[in-house]
Amino acid sequence: MPAPTSFTPGREPHRRAVQIRAHDWGWRHAGRHNPAVSGLGLQIEPGERVLLLGASGAGKSTLLHALAGVLGDAEDGDATGSLLIDGRRAAEARGRVGLVLQDPDSQVVLARVGDDVAFGCENLAVPRAEIWPRVRRALAEVGLDLPLDHPTSSLSGGQKQRLALAGVLAMQPGLLLLDEPTANLDPEGVIDVRDAVVRSLDLSGATCVIIEHRVEVWQDVVDRVIVLDPAGGVLADGATRDILASQGERLAQAGVWVPALPPRFPTRHPVPQPQTLLRAEGLMVGRVPFGRRTASVVADNITLDVRAGTASVVTGPNGAGKSTLALTLAGLLAPAGGMLRASDAFSAGIRPEPHRWRSTQLLTRIGTVFQDPEHQFLAATVRDDLLIGPRALGLSVVQQTSRVDELMLRLRLDHLADANPFTLSGGEKRRMSVATVLATRPRLLVLDEPTFGQDSRTWQELVTLLAELLDEGTAIVAVTHDAQFVSALADEEYRLGTPDPIRLGSGAL
Amino acid sequence: MSLLTPTIRPSVVARLNPVAKLAVALTVSCALLLSIDWVSAGVALLLEAVLLVWSGLSARQFWLRTAPVWIAAPMASITTVLYGEDSGALLWQFGFISVTEGSAQLGLAIGLRVLAIGLPGIVLLATTDPTDLADGLAQVLRLPARFVLGGLAGLRLVGMFIEDWHCLTLARRARGVGDGGGVRGAARRFFGPAFSLLVISVRRGSKLATAMEARGFGSDEPRTWARLSQVRAADAVLVGVGCAISGIAIAVAVWAGTWSFVLA
Repeated sequence: MPAPTSFTPGREPHRRAVQIRAHDWGWRHAGRHNPAVSGLGLQIEPGERVLLLGASGAGKSTLLHALAGVLGDAEDGDATGSLLIDGRRAAEARGRVGLVLQDPDSQVVLARVGDDVAFGCENLAVPRAEIWPRVRRALAEVGLDLPLDHPTSSLSGGQKQRLALAGVLAMQPGLLLLDEPTANLDPEGVIDVRDAVVRSLDLSGATCVIIEHRVEVWQDVVDRVIVLDPAGGVLADGATRDILASQGERLAQAGVWVPALPPRFPTRHPVPQPQTLLRAEGLMVGRVPFGRRTASVVADNITLDVRAGTASVVTGPNGAGKSTLALTLAGLLAPAGGMLRASDAFSAGIRPEPHRWRSTQLLTRIGTVFQDPEHQFLAATVRDDLLIGPRALGLSVVQQTSRVDELMLRLRLDHLADANPFTLSGGEKRRMSVATVLATRPRLLVLDEPTFGQDSRTWQELVTLLAELLDEGTAIVAVTHDAQFVSALADEEYRLGTPDPIRLGSGAL
Repeated sequence: MSLLTPTIRPSVVARLNPVAKLAVALTVSCALLLSIDWVSAGVALLLEAVLLVWSGLSARQFWLRTAPVWIAAPMASITTVLYGEDSGALLWQFGFISVTEGSAQLGLAIGLRVLAIGLPGIVLLATTDPTDLADGLAQVLRLPARFVLGGLAGLRLVGMFIEDWHCLTLARRARGVGDGGGVRGAARRFFGPAFSLLVISVRRGSKLATAMEARGFGSDEPRTWARLSQVRAADAVLVGVGCAISGIAIAVAVWAGTWSFVLA
């Protein structure tokens, strides 16, 4: 092995915390009419920890991407004013700034844990002899106690986010940027990532800017809140407590989860004597791995009843088989063993095993809302997509149109009728995915993590809508990590890994 | 086991530099493509068979990985025997199908050739970690880092395609378009999700590119390599063995008088 090359002066790690100064800064993405950010003036001192809030579309992510130097050049958009990091243009400060993004899956670069953390150091031309101590230190800081050759593909979401954080910390940035780092994680993963961030900031003293609409998680970590105005500039800026008090109402309306203003739980009107639709006894669930013939069982000995007008939630740790159970109950996967049967009233003249029903027979019986809404979009516009189900049922054109129009109004999608579903915002995509399912009026609704990563406004709308459906007699099975969702709706909780369902009794039972 | 972190048993071959393995596979392929005769391919295959013992692949892994070649070789062989250019004595005829001495020999040569080129290539790659290969390509062959690492990172998305495809097909069933419609329906069920997969993949790819860029990737500054990839004595020996196999195969064929240079 050759001797490690010595440091060249300009390439030393910048441990020093950085200062951010924006003066009348703005950015318009190429091809867009309106700027994403405009007239922004602010100053963040070295070592400050800032929570960046604002309505969706206020330009939070754009600002963070600009600070990270990944917005692109004149081809990608037009900048106005100035955005300086330690007096230099943000685009030139690459390497002094570390950015962690929202989606755990799309930030893993390499196949092995150690290599992935080393990736950023390599790009900054850190000498080889220096890289590996940095990698070990960064992994220790984020609490990832794994061998360096551990495959990154087998990590959980929370572990992947901590890996991304370690990869950034190993670059020893003076500014840490976090763009909704915990939005896609289960509660345990959220706490792990939050604690890892706090630990590393305490060690490095770096400046930190966080975007996150779950204020509760970060309010004790940050010392300042900045609220961006969708109309341009800063709406409010100050100590966390003051801002949450003065702007709380406004922020909550914009979808921010303000701890003092939790969403309202809907009032339920239970259905008398709920009918059983599905019965599982000693059910085993599993998936057939790619290239194999037999399913590998992920959960077994499941016994539960699905009843009309009743919400059953499936909870449990990651990897316990919650989604697999949901897809099996939805008739999309064949049971790996045991029994799953529809009642005569539910099957209404067809055979009792849901996984043997034809695709169109499922439509009026079971509707499934997938975890990733994009997986269930089929057409190029919102309206065409919503029409697919009613058309497959053979409804008349008049009926199809009236159903879809009514749904679009109810779920606030009417102004998006001609938009491409893939271009909608996160909350709109979720509402849209629920609408596609409701269009065929199924008697059972199966939802996989319906509230994952949603802002408080979408959450409220979704829970209200589901409560209405329950009152009308629809049965609901939902896989969730969301404790508030469970409190708001669940009549029965099935915790995977425990033998019997837990009756919560808020509704029909 | 996965595409990117294959379980590779420690073996002589597994420790060699991937670039050396690539060089050997290419040398043998080129040498065997120069002529179509059964002697050179047979000799090369025989010599390779001796060396495959050191590959460290278990019997199950070996047959599983090389299955495509074992299927392709006889197919190519039979097709050539039946439909190849006729010459020499007629051995068998049925309608317009005729088997002659010439076409039989050609078929044998083709079959052996597919094996002699395919087997070492697959075995050498099966004992290679993609990350090590990328390190070798960038550090030994000096290919641009942007190209090599971009490709390596992109390879990780393949595993996700499979997962996405599974979800997309389940979702189509849930939405009432999962069956029926005959051949046209089946075609729609393939192309529909294929388009969605394309959209989702492009989205994932651009997110990954942003994440890589945020970690300093893609600038014109020089970068260092955390893992050293270099050519050692053993790698030189492997390349030597590859050249020797090619040389012996050609020499024996010329001596036996079966060598027929394709470019002549």
